[in-house]
Amino acid sequence: MVSFRIIKSNVMGFTMRASVLFIVTLAVLIAVGLYIKSVPVLRGKSIIDLIISDQWKPSAGKFGFLPFIMGTLWVTAIAIVIAVPLCLLTSVYLSEYASKRVRQIMNPMIDLLSGIPPVVYGVWGVLVVVPIVGEKIASHYMEFSTGYTILTGGIVLSIMIFPLLIGIFSEVFSNVPQELRDASLSLGASHWQTVKKVLVRKSMPGIFAAIVLAISRALGETIAVLMVCGNIPLVPHSIFDAGYPLPAFIANNYGEMMSVPLYESALMLAAFILFIVIFLFNVVSRFIIVKLEERVR
Amino acid sequence: MLIRKTEEIFFKILMRVTALLVVISLGSLLWTIVSKGLPSLNWDMVSKVPQGGFYIGKEGGILNAIVGTLYIAGGGTILGLFISIPVVLFMNVYLKKNSAAGNYIRFVADILFGIPSIVYGAFGFTVMIFFGLKTSLLAGMITVALLVLPILLRAMDEVVKMTSSELPDAVLSLGATQWETSVVILRQSAAGLIIALLISFGRAAGDAASVLFTAGYSDVMPTSLNEPTATLPLTIFFQLSSPVKEVQGRAYASALILTILILIISIATRMLRKKLSKHKV
Repeated sequence: MVSFRIIKSNVMGFTMRASVLFIVTLAVLIAVGLYIKSVPVLRGKSIIDLIISDQWKPSAGKFGFLPFIMGTLWVTAIAIVIAVPLCLLTSVYLSEYASKRVRQIMNPMIDLLSGIPPVVYGVWGVLVVVPIVGEKIASHYMEFSTGYTILTGGIVLSIMIFPLLIGIFSEVFSNVPQELRDASLSLGASHWQTVKKVLVRKSMPGIFAAIVLAISRALGETIAVLMVCGNIPLVPHSIFDAGYPLPAFIANNYGEMMSVPLYESALMLAAFILFIVIFLFNVVSRFIIVKLEERVR
Repeated sequence: MLIRKTEEIFFKILMRVTALLVVISLGSLLWTIVSKGLPSLNWDMVSKVPQGGFYIGKEGGILNAIVGTLYIAGGGTILGLFISIPVVLFMNVYLKKNSAAGNYIRFVADILFGIPSIVYGAFGFTVMIFFGLKTSLLAGMITVALLVLPILLRAMDEVVKMTSSELPDAVLSLGATQWETSVVILRQSAAGLIIALLISFGRAAGDAASVLFTAGYSDVMPTSLNEPTATLPLTIFFQLSSPVKEVQGRAYASALILTILILIISIATRMLRKKLSKHKV
């Protein structure tokens, strides 16, 4: 009887290993699947040529990805530049300065908003941010703007990553021992000096991790940026130009891809590039986080 | 001394301003969706499927998309459970604590978590083609299952660790096999697993990019796994790009419906979590 129980346990263990194997190889499966699909377009030109070419004319067989890559980088950069300082200061405020009541209102609110789907942010972007950018901001710098610009995309994205950033920052700050703050304050440091020299410094790896996570989220965000960026396949030259980030481009061309030769393959190559970039980003960043943690200790 | 004081005051004010900015932007989001969505929201929206001429502003509703979303999110989450429960049990019972293999699995799950849904969508599409499937409810469910897999893994791993950090050792020391221990752990963290399920469901319901390639779109109620189906996020997206005012209004109303659905799930998650941590020793 005992042996039957052990056999059952071991058999179950084996079936579980199958699931583990699936998880562990999933990333490889994704990479291989997307790569196989993108081979046809890679046969015509090398990957480097495709990435640095800004000619996107599928019907003429020209597949240059530069406009989409630049669009992605611009939008992500704008989002991060806006969101990081705002969220850092807000998190410091919430964890160090704010009264209990403010915290009790703001924390659940931010938590609830983190679940709001991207498409809803997109609707809000179209209704609120597009007119603001088009009529109030861009009109000072150029004659006419529709408001569908990479700046709009960056703003919407930055607000989408607010909950994520504030959530992680707050958690990181709460992990800093109270004794350290007390020690700093009792030495005569002001509240802000304590924040600057103790809290933030001690939390550096966590802050870094949060920013990296936010970047990789911003790089891959699709529907919301698709709705507000204008979607013109040209390399943007200013923040008031329309752009066409890589994920939006993949999503938006689903319908057309069946009719033009190599189009589907080019789309899958775009997904493959996105996957590889975000994958490397994740791996490298985790490595850096481990190193940073060692140094702080 | 004066500089220190001014710096302190300056940043105190700046922090309040930034916090206010965050509140205003997030509040503006909710307010916009509610105020724009409410006027177009009516009973037809949630009780009818699109009738003829729906996309030029005539009669109908988005019941098909609501049902499609519930099917896809539910089916995807259930499919995801079949993979994630064994993995979580394996990590927490069969492997030693802090083992290299366990850490490796968690690392992989973290990496998968960071992969955007559009990539899952594109991959789901290639899988779909590979198996000769058409855009369908089933293909959508499979893609969403891949998308929520890392979410389920992470949340369940956390729950199992939280509710039973010493339990596996205790049960094992009584002479139970690893499988019997797994069953005990599973039962013990059941309430927490519902939280993981809800989180996954909410994420799946709101995601558009992954189902765009795989679930397709239709104007009828989804009745079989082999048929394409509409989903709420895509309904919003398509209707918003229409030039017709009524259709745009419906997009806002659909966004409100989706937001309410997600908020209900989030609030339920929060309440459950509160209830659980009350009983925590």
